[in-house]
Amino acid sequence: MRSDTFGITVENISVTYSNAHLALYNASCYVQPGTITGLVGPNGGGKSTLFKTIMGFVIPDQGRVHIDGLSIKMAQKRQLMAYVPQTDDVDWNFPISVADVVMMGRYGYMNMLRVSGREDRRQVAESLDRVGMSDFRRRQIGELSGGQKKRAFLARAMAQNSQVILLDEPFTGVDVKTEKRIVNLLLQLRDEGHTILVSTHDLASISTFCDRTILLNRTVLAAGTTAETFTEENLSMTFGGLPLSSLPQKNSLFQSHHE
Amino acid sequence: MNNLVTVPRFTILGLFGPIWQWLIEPLQAGFMIKAIWVSAFVGVVCAVLSCYITLKGWSLMGDAVSHAVVPGVVVAYALGLPFAVGAFVFGFGATVIIGYVKSKTRLKEDAVIGVIFTGFFAFGLVLATKIPSNVDLFHILFGNVLGISPSDIIQTLITVIATLTIILLRRKDLLLFCFDPNHAKAIGLNTQLMYYTLLSVLALTIVTALQTAGIVLVIAMLVTPGSTAYLLTDRFDHMLAISIATSVVSCVLGTYLSYHLDVSTGGSIVVLMTILFGLAMVFAPKYGILSQKLKRQMPVSQ
Repeated sequence: MRSDTFGITVENISVTYSNAHLALYNASCYVQPGTITGLVGPNGGGKSTLFKTIMGFVIPDQGRVHIDGLSIKMAQKRQLMAYVPQTDDVDWNFPISVADVVMMGRYGYMNMLRVSGREDRRQVAESLDRVGMSDFRRRQIGELSGGQKKRAFLARAMAQNSQVILLDEPFTGVDVKTEKRIVNLLLQLRDEGHTILVSTHDLASISTFCDRTILLNRTVLAAGTTAETFTEENLSMTFGGLPLSSLPQKNSLFQSHHE
Repeated sequence: MNNLVTVPRFTILGLFGPIWQWLIEPLQAGFMIKAIWVSAFVGVVCAVLSCYITLKGWSLMGDAVSHAVVPGVVVAYALGLPFAVGAFVFGFGATVIIGYVKSKTRLKEDAVIGVIFTGFFAFGLVLATKIPSNVDLFHILFGNVLGISPSDIIQTLITVIATLTIILLRRKDLLLFCFDPNHAKAIGLNTQLMYYTLLSVLALTIVTALQTAGIVLVIAMLVTPGSTAYLLTDRFDHMLAISIATSVVSCVLGTYLSYHLDVSTGGSIVVLMTILFGLAMVFAPKYGILSQKLKRQMPVSQ
């Protein structure tokens, strides 16, 4: 096993948004180093919130997240964490090219003025090549197809060279061919020692490439190898109504089910 | 002696004669030379910042800062401080308060901005009408670049240089911050610092533009050039260049127009900017209304 792989520890996280909506309650899990872990749950089940908490975009009311003992801030300073956003979270009209976006993955390695060096340009070219986007490097990002957009941002994460990569819904709006291509890239990255956490509500593809799975609906309901976790019972618990007994009582937890 | 001048000739020179006259004549007045180069400088800095402001979606924030500086200008004059200092403190202070109120209440940002900046502005009006000073409210509101004083020119120059230096040094981080603040955070950059950097640069720019355009119109100088350029290109460096070009042309030409037609300087600058925006909106090669229409009429060309 490589020694420079990192796991993600989520300890007892609760997140309430300012509109008093409780997004996560007492969620705990461990993302094993050097694996592809699928984060599965219904829409509104807290997947994005957990991602944002892991990345430090959202500060939890309680609990903490760390990368093998390193605080998120430290891990980010060391370029250990990359994030591939949901397609909806990106301004595709921004006047920026594919190569510019990928180069942004290298900013953490550059000086204050962000002047790119030879190594930065090499990494950008290599990442673009690996995702098969070299021919589109000069394109404005809005001119790409759905799958190309995903690959451009995956290339940015690869150029960043982070040990931990989080992908938020990478397969929505993507055709089967592109999905396969992205899965292949993720498998390669895992074999190189990266720890990959993928959120998705597409159950069909999970068992084909995820080593481990975390089932999430307001809290972590099950976690383990995909074979162990993907039981009928666990899935119906995650996607069907929550059995009240399996969760700590908290009024606001159940309010959103009546909305 | 006479026949030297009276030969009418339809040459290029003959056409340029009156234009040359039109351009040269105002420069014989010292105040016009000052006004033209001050407004050109202000045009550059506003144009640069306007690219970031339009991409970040901070137009309303710019409007807020420009109105919030009024009490600062009055207080600065009353205390004998440079107006730029007072204006900056109040303009930047308003944005800090907006951030604080937004984080402490459940209001949406536009409502918070609306409440705070009008409050500052109203307070400024009260102060200006109560404190005896030589602050001419009309000049604060609508600018007075033709009557700019030497000390104001120095203040404007210092703020222009400070603003351009900050933007130049941080331009890539600021662009990243506008495009994808989450990624900025993910690579360990201090996004809070970038937020306040962009805000303070915004406040500084507004202070520089006060003399030229006045509080009411300064927002146009901070939004229109960037918006015009945004319609014309897909590359940020081109956007910067186009924005600067349209802004400087409007500023210089607007100052000339205000001299020849005897109209408000800020007003004519902004009218020119708006006309350029209108032209871009209709005729832009890719995003213009005309080309969009043509594209829809013949969808398959290949």
